[in-house]
Amino acid sequence: MGSGTSTQHHFAFQNAEKAFKAAALIQRWYRRYMARLEMRRRCTWSIFQSIEYAGQQDQVKLHDFFSYLMDHFTPSSHNERDFLSRMFTEERLPQDSEMEGCRDYDCIEVPDSYMGPRLSFPLLPDHATALLEAFRLKQQLHARYVLNLLHETRKYLVQLPNINRVSTCYSEEITVCGDLHGQLDDLIFIFYKNGLPSPERAYVFNGDFVDRGKDSLEILMVLFAFMLVYPKEFHLNRGNHEDHMVNLRYGFTKEVMHKYKTHGKKILKVLQDVFCWLPLATLVDEKVLILHGGVSDKTDLELLSKLDRHKIVSAMRCKTRKENEKQAEKGKANQTGSAGKPSPWFLPQSHSLPSSPLRLGSHKAHKDSRSSSVPCSIPPNPQELSRQVRRSVDLELERCRQQAGFPVIKEKKEEPLLFSSEADSEAGELLQPTQEEWRQVVDILWSDPMAQEGCKANTVRGGGCYFGPNVTEQLLQKYNLQFLIRSHECKPEGYEFCHSRKVLTIFSASNYYEVGSNRGAYVKLGPALTPHIVQYQANKATHMLTMRQRISRVEESALRALRGKLFAHSSDLLGEFKKHDKDKTGLITLSDWAAAVESVLHLGLPWRMLRPQLVNSSTDNMLEYKSWLEDLAKEQLSHENIQSSLLETLYRNRSNLETIFRIIDSDHSGFISLDEFRQTWKLFSSHMKIDITDDCICDLARSIDFNKDGHIDINEFLEAFRLVEQSCSEGNASECPQATNANSGYSRPDAH
Amino acid sequence: MADDREREGTEIAVAEFHKKIKEAFEVFDHESNNTVDVREIGTIIRSLGCCPSEGELHDLIAEVEEEEPTGYIRYEKFLPVMTQVLLERRYRPIPEDILLRAFEVLDPAKRGFLSKEELIKYMTEEGEPFSQEEMEEMLSAAIDPESNSIHYKDYITMMVIDEN
Repeated sequence: MGSGTSTQHHFAFQNAEKAFKAAALIQRWYRRYMARLEMRRRCTWSIFQSIEYAGQQDQVKLHDFFSYLMDHFTPSSHNERDFLSRMFTEERLPQDSEMEGCRDYDCIEVPDSYMGPRLSFPLLPDHATALLEAFRLKQQLHARYVLNLLHETRKYLVQLPNINRVSTCYSEEITVCGDLHGQLDDLIFIFYKNGLPSPERAYVFNGDFVDRGKDSLEILMVLFAFMLVYPKEFHLNRGNHEDHMVNLRYGFTKEVMHKYKTHGKKILKVLQDVFCWLPLATLVDEKVLILHGGVSDKTDLELLSKLDRHKIVSAMRCKTRKENEKQAEKGKANQTGSAGKPSPWFLPQSHSLPSSPLRLGSHKAHKDSRSSSVPCSIPPNPQELSRQVRRSVDLELERCRQQAGFPVIKEKKEEPLLFSSEADSEAGELLQPTQEEWRQVVDILWSDPMAQEGCKANTVRGGGCYFGPNVTEQLLQKYNLQFLIRSHECKPEGYEFCHSRKVLTIFSASNYYEVGSNRGAYVKLGPALTPHIVQYQANKATHMLTMRQRISRVEESALRALRGKLFAHSSDLLGEFKKHDKDKTGLITLSDWAAAVESVLHLGLPWRMLRPQLVNSSTDNMLEYKSWLEDLAKEQLSHENIQSSLLETLYRNRSNLETIFRIIDSDHSGFISLDEFRQTWKLFSSHMKIDITDDCICDLARSIDFNKDGHIDINEFLEAFRLVEQSCSEGNASECPQATNANSGYSRPDAH
Repeated sequence: MADDREREGTEIAVAEFHKKIKEAFEVFDHESNNTVDVREIGTIIRSLGCCPSEGELHDLIAEVEEEEPTGYIRYEKFLPVMTQVLLERRYRPIPEDILLRAFEVLDPAKRGFLSKEELIKYMTEEGEPFSQEEMEEMLSAAIDPESNSIHYKDYITMMVIDEN
């Protein structure tokens, strides 16, 4: 049996060796699979980010457009003048006395049938908790209570300093949360997991409570309620989205008008004011500075503490007075100077910047060579301006008007209604921040950290700067601080340290881009202020999915958005493809495809890696580009009666168009007239050098007026361009239905 | 003549490889300074179509690292090495049938499945062992909760479809 044993051992050894090799093979294969998954995840993230940044570029283009209007357009008819005056007339800031005395919500009747929460003031902790619970059960707070709460909030905020000082000796723990962006589920989750606010449990919410998500108003109500109930322990910082101009674009305005049809406008007005009264930063134990965006090399905490934060209404709106005219203005009554200068109420004063079309290189390219401050020349006085306004572009517009058959009303030359009255401008002067003050605030609300040393203008966002580790270090030393906590940027893990752990980004909106896209996080400051991070993902469905499935879902969403972008540039792409197809074979190589796509879209994405998902049909490494573009179009179009080339152009500019519409629609009715649409489109397309005949515009306008009553429902119009809506509700892991429903039963979007 | 064409063919291939390698590298070049964290090199190499073992990966890293390892790999060093790897078609991926046979080796009784415990044992004790994280991740997708086992044929099919 001796030899038997040794044979057994021999076999055993061989088997062990085989098992070892088999295991190694499986592991090798599996690791490759996981690596590829990781790569897909990173690419998906890049897609979302680059599209988001490109969207922010749009905002800048919009500014360029209005600058252009300012400089070139002379209204020549009543209609046009009225239309423009809506955009350009100085909107009067409600006076403080008005706001304080404004208790007309008292007259708002609450019907007996109303089953939602009823608030009485002063608020008690139970009320705040009950409010949260009511929202969790999807109840809506009556407008009367909304206004009442906002009124009380305003009263309270007014007496807060710009920089809140908090000490850890009173409450045992401080929890800092980042962006919520209307995602109530995340807030509910945080309070559930971390505990409700209390004298022992302090909270700081670091801005961006609203926009994008669908429950922005409810979040505000809860946060304000807890702040009133626990004033010493509950703190809010302003974010860049606590800004009514930004809300016009990113969904909060729409949400409020949708939920409160009668009183929405009033609510928005009060909110505009409340946002301006939010503190700018929170300082914990004089050691940890919490603010929304970041800092710049010019950040001056003393100045920030002293300025009147209420004057900074919007980052997009800045009428400023010259620094050295501060003395002069006090004495002289009719000094027109720079403050009397008319300007669109939503335009930053620096409109006289050369409006360079920002080159959309890969967003990494944005971070190189730019000057470290946005130049801001002194704006001209009114007389100079009117001369500028009456430039010779009149002729061109005359031609357009005649072509379109617009009645040319012979008016005597009147002053274009671009100027606010003298009286207003005087009062206005005193309500304006200085250029420096405005800059300081925009810097802390809009800046982002970068890895390289230095401080550069944040051209991607159009405001604030990119600040390097040396800027952080400089600031921390100057004010004897330990580290910074900021938010403003979405991170896959919900948080990220940088600058040698001196800067912590905390982001609390989980699944921000898409279900499964990222975690949310909050940070607790323990003894000695050491940060302790807690992560979460507020969606039951994602926990049940494997990583593979999660990544697939998010990836599919990103790819849909990307395909939409490709469609929006179909004509340019075709032109570019043709350049690579000199022999007119109708085919190009996949390598050329990648090069062409990048040169048109400038998104800086790894196209070769994404190609298998974007190009389904290729043979022998060659692509029939025309049919590929046609396939893209078929996916995107949901309204066949709109002429497709025009559609593409509108589609590409829809984000800006939507914002323009909302500005025109000043009473937030959701409708604009056909005329207004035509005028807007004419101006916009001439500025963007889009080649479109007036006939097309008329046709388009008429076809969009679905019920033929001379008005366009903004929302319906925008529906025509919606991408496939993910109608996957929470918990439903099945595939999303495809887009083009011939019965035009497209689903309403929740928010942007 | 044939040599010229072959050389040209190689040149075109190399140019194409360079573009692919650059793309993959840039995805992880967070600071836009042509370096990536050494811990991400494995992901980059594998996403370019290669399937090295951990040992082979370490050898590759040694080739592209600095004299004094900094924790970062520079693009200038990575590109030529990786190009050569692609040209030589090194570290080819594993075909489905070979993978299946590997599982069958671990299942000599030919039941068609491995129990959860068996899988854990092999993956964490044999070959180039998994970390706990890797093991948990594989289990989450592979194990059929009712039978607490992995039916490897189905598993492979599922993974392969997903890849394509």
